[in-house]
Amino acid sequence: MAMLEVRDLHVAFPQGKRNEVEALRGVNLTLEKGERLGVVGESGAGKSMLAFAILNLIAEPGRVSHGEVMFHGENLLDLSERDIRGIRGNRISMIFQDPMVTLNPVLTIGTQMMETLKAHRNISDADARKLCIAKLKQVAIPSAESRLAAYPHELSGGLRQRVVIAIALLTDPEVIIADEPTTALDVTIQAEIMALILKLCRENDVALILITHDLGVVAEVTERIMIMYAGLCVEDGPTKRIIEAPSHPYSDGLLRALPQHAGRGTKLYQIPGSMPPITALPPGCAYHPRCARATAECKRTIPPLENGVACFHPLDQDEAAS
Amino acid sequence: MISFSAFLKRFLSDPVAIGAGVVLLILVLMAVLAPIIAPQNPYDLMQLSIMDSEMPPAWHPGGDDRFLLGTDAQGRGVLSTIMYGTGISLLIGLGAVIVQGMLGITLGLIAGYKGGWIDSFLMRLADIQLSLSTLMMAIIALALFNAAFDANTYADYAIIMLILVIGVAEWPKFARTVRSSVLGEKKKEYVDAARVIGLPPRKIMWGHILPNTLTPVLVISTIQVAEAIMIEASLSFLGLGMPTDRPSLGSLIRSGFEFIFSGSWWITLYPAIVLVVLILALNLLGDWLRDVLNPKLRRGED
Amino acid sequence: MSDPIVETKGIEVRFPLPTHFLSREKPVLHALNTVDVGIEPGETFCVVGESGCGKTTLGRAIMGLLSPSAGEIRFKGARIDTMDDATRKPIRAQMQMVFQNPYASLNPRRTVFDTLAEPVQHLMPEKSAKDVRAQVEAVLDATGCDQSWQRRLPHEFSGGQRQRIAIARALVTNPAFIVADEPISALDVSIQAQILNLMNDLQAERGLTYLFITHDLSVVEHFGTRVAVMYLGRVMELADTETLFSAPKHPYTQLLLDAIPKLEGGSFDKPRQPGELPDPVNMPPGCPFAPRCPMAEDRCRAERPALRTLPNGTQAACHFAE
Repeated sequence: MAMLEVRDLHVAFPQGKRNEVEALRGVNLTLEKGERLGVVGESGAGKSMLAFAILNLIAEPGRVSHGEVMFHGENLLDLSERDIRGIRGNRISMIFQDPMVTLNPVLTIGTQMMETLKAHRNISDADARKLCIAKLKQVAIPSAESRLAAYPHELSGGLRQRVVIAIALLTDPEVIIADEPTTALDVTIQAEIMALILKLCRENDVALILITHDLGVVAEVTERIMIMYAGLCVEDGPTKRIIEAPSHPYSDGLLRALPQHAGRGTKLYQIPGSMPPITALPPGCAYHPRCARATAECKRTIPPLENGVACFHPLDQDEAAS
Repeated sequence: MISFSAFLKRFLSDPVAIGAGVVLLILVLMAVLAPIIAPQNPYDLMQLSIMDSEMPPAWHPGGDDRFLLGTDAQGRGVLSTIMYGTGISLLIGLGAVIVQGMLGITLGLIAGYKGGWIDSFLMRLADIQLSLSTLMMAIIALALFNAAFDANTYADYAIIMLILVIGVAEWPKFARTVRSSVLGEKKKEYVDAARVIGLPPRKIMWGHILPNTLTPVLVISTIQVAEAIMIEASLSFLGLGMPTDRPSLGSLIRSGFEFIFSGSWWITLYPAIVLVVLILALNLLGDWLRDVLNPKLRRGED
Repeated sequence: MSDPIVETKGIEVRFPLPTHFLSREKPVLHALNTVDVGIEPGETFCVVGESGCGKTTLGRAIMGLLSPSAGEIRFKGARIDTMDDATRKPIRAQMQMVFQNPYASLNPRRTVFDTLAEPVQHLMPEKSAKDVRAQVEAVLDATGCDQSWQRRLPHEFSGGQRQRIAIARALVTNPAFIVADEPISALDVSIQAQILNLMNDLQAERGLTYLFITHDLSVVEHFGTRVAVMYLGRVMELADTETLFSAPKHPYTQLLLDAIPKLEGGSFDKPRQPGELPDPVNMPPGCPFAPRCPMAEDRCRAERPALRTLPNGTQAACHFAE
């Protein structure tokens, strides 16, 4: 059995008095120990929603309307708030896009790290301090000892995100969920942070769910990719295979639209139209209005996810490679 | 941003808003239509008779069916004076808010858009204005005015004076609100886009920024109308507001106050109830508007 | 080489930092330091760099949104930074700008028609109402917008559609030169290609000159004719796109190129040391990049290298570039 398994997860938001719309429409996910999974999609595809749902953090008025999140055989959605706090931030950590969401601006880095540690471990002050310094060193923060007394605003964006990663690692989690951890950062800092996350995951055998819109980052860091579109997973498979030869027309379109793939001065491949909002999904496959391969069947029935792709007319390997 | 149909839908799904809206509508209609629907014209001396003075409401012994809510010391029907008085109160409230709005929006817009020392100067001025209580300023101004002119002149210009005094005294509330929205809006790129085509600051301020700051202005306008009516009522109660022959709700309360101990409670009570209901309706509507128009408080939409 | 359409000579932009009005120190942020660029007609001149490098400031100074503290800006030979409004008016019609955030760059209370008509009405007051309407219709066609959009408000459109409208606004006065400040970075991946293609087509049709400001080097490689790499308010390297990507001369350019996530993967495997920007208010005397530079020597920390032309035509500001 996989370490983390999400089965048929639906998240719904009320629309008007009686109706509901689904932001997630039945997502499955498995994560083995030490595995690095990338969740890719455009804004509104439901990728962040998935991360929040796994930790049972969907804010009102949204709710998980169906499905289960099994972590070591235990459904996280059934746990009491007290019990889930023993897992959230402890065995499953989270890194958000904006470090200031995680860091409290009026407390020093040290106070916040010690608090996190003491919430989950029975540990003396001296030991906690030692561990905090060790973790700050692990994320390559220069002069770690003196940084404990610093306030978040005294650090640069890159250093702040390193502190957040150090906090995420404090409790030696089994899974880290990183939601666009480098989107707010500059390219060189992004490279530093992603290289760091990659190294730490490898060294400590930590599983990673990396949520991003950047296919390049996913290609660099993850072993498996899940591509999401309009609240559903449309393709799921090994990173190398999907990057080289995607099966779903949407994955193919995303990859071919990258400027890296077009010669200088040539036209970029473009997917027509844009992703429909969850309140106005077309019947059948949500991608069919933008898809060149769509047939009558696609307009009627939502294609199931089979052999890692949810499409009635997937690209075969020769087509994809060209 | 909220579209008109969504706005209407929100209004119709909120019983408090409907209640306040309906009450306000009734009061406004009552005031506007007073010359047509009021049983008597309390300003027409020919219709008054001293014989009718201090009659209790119609359902009390000694009451008269002509005067549903009784009469005051001069024999004017309380119901009719309330109808006319509500109109005067509303007129002063609206007028004062228009003055406040014109002053406050202009100064707030300039302070927010220009920044620098102009901003500091205007905002310090606003601080000074706010630290002087409106009521105190109004009392001083009106007392001077009262002393400088004879009673007839005073009576003729009392409405305008009240509107001006309350309007000038309360501008900082608009100025501050507008300034803070302008500070948020002027950083947005549509303002840069307007500057790129070389639009003069005047056109950018009034044509581009102002329409985007009107939401909070609408909210405080509603609440400020209530505030202005209250201030006017207080001034009238102190004898510095509307003269008794053209009474507002406040002067009605005052004119009845002298008779409370002689048992004629209705002269004061009914205008007071109308005043409270009017203020409550305006404030409830203002609160509701703020909740609907402030996206930070709104969830699950857009 | 033909005469440049836009030229900056030694421009500097300094921002006084907010201080207490009693304090004696008047700290100043040097957002641009003696920048000389000449933009050739018909080219796409890209400016890349990380946040705080001054790339946006350069674009805004050229457009007249900021006035430079020193130096001069010329458009087709005429000095524009000191021009009065009346003389500058006809030039404004020839220089336009596309902004980063299509959600903020359109006035939410104006219909598309009003937004598009305003530049014509203001800059070309001789046009009749009929001419204005014809010009708006023409530009909507040119940018792939539907004529039915004219009466609608911005909130009815998606991000990609809004950016098309913003491009239409920039084009409505038939300008020769457009500053595009990160025009695609707020858009979803599948929409970015649409907007880049649109800009490419418009350039081909109308012979536009672009100043394209971006942090994304893969877009530059596809789109740019020449590139200026900026760091802390200075140009570090200026070269033809192909030369820059095949033979980067400045170590900072090298660092930027290494930071691009590659679809082939593998480049994040080595851990990277945290690099921090020096305090831009109190700049060290030498090369601004020296604290992060792997090849920095004492000379770099003492003497600031000037931008010089190398044998292959690249300009680089590094003592060791050759």
